[in-house]
Amino acid sequence: MSTATLEAPSWTDSKRYLWMLGIVVMGLPIYGYLLVQWTGLGLFWWTTPMVVYGLIPLFDRLIGEDNANPPDSIMATLAADKYYRYVVFAAIPMQYATFIWGTYMAVTGGLAWWAYLGLLVSVGMTSGLAINVGHELGHQTDPLERWLAKIALAPVMYGHFYTEHNRGHHVRVATPEDPATSRFGETFYEFLPRCVYGSIASAWEIEKKRLNKQGKSAWSLENDNLQAWGITVLLFGAMTAWLGIWALPFMLLQAAFGGSLLEVVNYLEHYGLLRQKKADGSYERCQPHHSWNSNHLATNVFLYHLQRHSDHHAYPTRSFQTLRNFDGLPRLPSGYAGMILAAYLPPVWFRLMDPRVVAHFNGDMSRANIKPSMRERVIAKYRSAAA
Amino acid sequence: MKKWQCLVCDFVYDEAKGLPEEGIAPGTLWADVPESWTCPDCGAAKADFIMVEVD
Repeated sequence: MSTATLEAPSWTDSKRYLWMLGIVVMGLPIYGYLLVQWTGLGLFWWTTPMVVYGLIPLFDRLIGEDNANPPDSIMATLAADKYYRYVVFAAIPMQYATFIWGTYMAVTGGLAWWAYLGLLVSVGMTSGLAINVGHELGHQTDPLERWLAKIALAPVMYGHFYTEHNRGHHVRVATPEDPATSRFGETFYEFLPRCVYGSIASAWEIEKKRLNKQGKSAWSLENDNLQAWGITVLLFGAMTAWLGIWALPFMLLQAAFGGSLLEVVNYLEHYGLLRQKKADGSYERCQPHHSWNSNHLATNVFLYHLQRHSDHHAYPTRSFQTLRNFDGLPRLPSGYAGMILAAYLPPVWFRLMDPRVVAHFNGDMSRANIKPSMRERVIAKYRSAAA
Repeated sequence: MKKWQCLVCDFVYDEAKGLPEEGIAPGTLWADVPESWTCPDCGAAKADFIMVEVD
């Protein structure tokens, strides 16, 4: 007779050390520079976009999807494992090293215009990727992590994201009221200004309302937007004092590009999806099928599982390592890295995604979030196609 | 009667009012709200609420 012993669960996280790629990716512009030095090829000033737009989508295609979920019994242990916190923290020094080095190089490097442009796009990309770091940290409730979120958002001038994402986007996601939810038929270039303007305005309103309730002015230093933007002002001010006025256009332009990278990801996360209204006029709760999901491994390990977006929105306080895949979710045909290329080209995007939205709603487009000017037309078109 | 606020999105659960549309009767104490309950606005878990003195 054998005695059953209580064993520790034997499951191990196969992605555990892959999460370090989130740190590695923050240094891409520097590795590119080293390659330029080593090979003498100026092409490598463009290493970062080549990796993000080329290599990662290629790996998504080659490696494919990882649908595995950790067993329920391990979730609590996995969520409490501090390693996963530190691996996110560690991306921030790398991000700042790249930002400071990149700005220094732009001002003092005497670069040709195409090398300068490559550097600008590269540093902007790491700044944009850092919004994902800020996103992960901003969802935590620990004060240290919440401060680190503001610090990660500073080089890309996206301090308002700290407020707007949790208290705006998560509340209104997949409704026409959410600036960061794209609508069926809306191109990325229509979405971008609507989302940027709407998000900043909403972040300001949210903090103003909170502070006014406490009898304080919106201009109080307790305003999270002012705190987060303040770090940008200090950082950009210090860099300009050190490197001179030419640091400023570089920092502003890389931030603009970084912000656009976040927004193109926002664009593809909820395209056309809509929460239905209940009898009392309020929206149904956010469920997994209100976000497009992707299990493509390569992009996921660079983005802390951001693409397991369905679980994230339905349960926003789950830490990244415990996010799950579900069956029957709206699924993106590729990882984010590949999908953003499609989003840049509206005809490709519409051809790829519109049939998926229509299929998701079984042709009943009255249940979709559609660009208002074409709503009636779209509903009629697919209704007659179904009839 | 106390109020509890969501740390993620600022939704406030008022014990006095409960959430009748979710089957939580007025006067239900926070301790008696089911552990599986989540924030109706953003989906945060019950553990992600803190007690606040609002008003």
